[in-house]
Amino acid sequence: MSIRLQNISKHFANTQALEPINLDIHEGELVGLLGPSGSGKTTLLRIIAGLESADRSPQPGKILFGDRDVTNVHVRDRRIGFVFQHYALFRHMSVYDNVAFGLTVMPKKRRPSNGEIRARVFRLLEMVQLQHLANRLPAQLSGGQQQRVSLARALAVEPDVLLLDEPFGALDAKVRQDLRRWLRRLHEELNFTSVFVTHDQEEALELSDRVVVMSNGRIEQIDTPETLYRSPKNRFVFEFLGDVNHLEGKVHQGVLTCGDAHLTVDLPDGDEELLLRPHEVRLAQQPSAESHLPVTVTAISPVGAEVRVELEADWLAKPWLATVRHADFEQLEMRRGQRLFVHPRQWHRFPATESKVTEQSRAA
Amino acid sequence: MSQLALWRSGSARVLPGFGLSMGISVLFISLVLLLPITGLFGQLAGLSLAEYWAIITEGRVVASYMVTIGAAAVAALVNAVFGLLLAWVLVRYEFPGKRLLDALMDLPFALPTAVAGITLATLYAGNGWMGSLLEPLGFQVAYTWVGIALAMAFTSIPFVVRTVQPVLEDLPAEVDEAAMSLGATDGVAFRRVIMPHLWPALVTGTGLAFVRSLGEFGAIIFIAGNMPYETEITALMIFVKLQEYDYAGASAIASVVLFVSLALLLAINIWQGRFVRRLHGGTG
Repeated sequence: MSIRLQNISKHFANTQALEPINLDIHEGELVGLLGPSGSGKTTLLRIIAGLESADRSPQPGKILFGDRDVTNVHVRDRRIGFVFQHYALFRHMSVYDNVAFGLTVMPKKRRPSNGEIRARVFRLLEMVQLQHLANRLPAQLSGGQQQRVSLARALAVEPDVLLLDEPFGALDAKVRQDLRRWLRRLHEELNFTSVFVTHDQEEALELSDRVVVMSNGRIEQIDTPETLYRSPKNRFVFEFLGDVNHLEGKVHQGVLTCGDAHLTVDLPDGDEELLLRPHEVRLAQQPSAESHLPVTVTAISPVGAEVRVELEADWLAKPWLATVRHADFEQLEMRRGQRLFVHPRQWHRFPATESKVTEQSRAA
Repeated sequence: MSQLALWRSGSARVLPGFGLSMGISVLFISLVLLLPITGLFGQLAGLSLAEYWAIITEGRVVASYMVTIGAAAVAALVNAVFGLLLAWVLVRYEFPGKRLLDALMDLPFALPTAVAGITLATLYAGNGWMGSLLEPLGFQVAYTWVGIALAMAFTSIPFVVRTVQPVLEDLPAEVDEAAMSLGATDGVAFRRVIMPHLWPALVTGTGLAFVRSLGEFGAIIFIAGNMPYETEITALMIFVKLQEYDYAGASAIASVVLFVSLALLLAINIWQGRFVRRLHGGTG
């Protein structure tokens, strides 16, 4: 079922939690709401769920599930499934009873027979691979298992949309990774429409069909993960989606100078700030005619597919982070305290006045 | 043997001060709790079993048990309902004056019970504020068992509120939300999701309130009227015996109150322990 939000806004006391928001989520889509804490993403999710109500003034907003206007429908009648960050399982009930809860509280007319409930609950438990724990209490399960129970419980009532509030936030990294993959598979299998909230950009980019980036109660950008990463619309999105190195200086006659560092750029005169991703930083033994950016290696972390190197220099306000291929790392014989020169492969700039993005590439 | 060694060697314990703190605790318990109770039994030693039985089953005393237990039961039940409501209001809603109301909850503990008793008696007597309103309706509070129950309810309400409150605070609002998102009505959510968490605390609080009411004296005697066989409470019977210098008789009745209270407290503790173990996954 598709979700359409029209002109949804929210105030808490005197602070605006959400500026008027419009958002269309297609049927069967898995959408991530991504943003730092306080960006309004959870509020937005709770408004979709009906756990929070949107402002009625100055203009009332509208929430549609398919053709059904649910703006004034109570959460219990919205036909949503909600998964909470801290599971919110019923601690005094067994796993089985937790999953069966939504079915057993249905009005008599719609309630399935006991046998049918049993069959459905076990089908769900099988799906989340917990059928052998049906009689356990939530306290006897691990965090990941509890979150799977919570998911099965939400799916038991066959909701129109599934909403997840930081579903993996309370779990450790390994379990989170497994659950993510597993949710993705489940989504492909059952094809429900779902919206999840996260502050973890990696999670959002890996899991979502489309990502909604939010900050300060505003939607900054809605795009597929690739588009979002390749062409961020503004500086906030760029900075939020990964590590960023800053290069600030003055441009004079096509040369950006910052202390004893300088870089040839094709920009008009004036103050400039250039942004580089860690993988856009190339390191070499010697400066070139266009680029003289001396740095000192202060930390090396050779774990993973690439070596992460921390760089410092007098002309840098904050240390830089560079990722280097292992082959290059060995070739440069990198060690702590070594002096090297940076050659940007590419840089980005987001001028404050104009929203246009400028990028400049150069052969590596 | 190895256990003994562990017990002996002070270095085995990381947390210091066990010997001193435990010693002082035991001494204090002995002086404040055990010594008076021993004294009570010392008094009882002067009585034969037949005499003891005669004292505690005397008609007037038995009538006082009925009055005390009946009124305490009513007070405890009333407190169970209103205490739960108060705890709910204090935990789940935000409103101006919440802190003040929260502080007021402890007033019955802070107020000398005699002050409470005199205040209640003045209010509910035929010429008092409340009494003058209620008596024309044929509803007499002061000098009846209703007054006794009222005084008991007043002095014991904090027990219910203060035992339910932390448990309710511990129950995240998300749990209600989860129940509602699954289609549960408010009533079903309360009965099937909230109550199962609360009722151990509620029973404990109500039990404590009941036990407290059994022994309450100061708040009650002013409003009770103290008519033999009608509105005499057991604590008053003890007082009466003491005034007659019948120490053994007083001790005999006191021992009944003590046994009943102890048995109730023990039962509550054992039952609650079982429940808590179950909830936290101690037993499969």
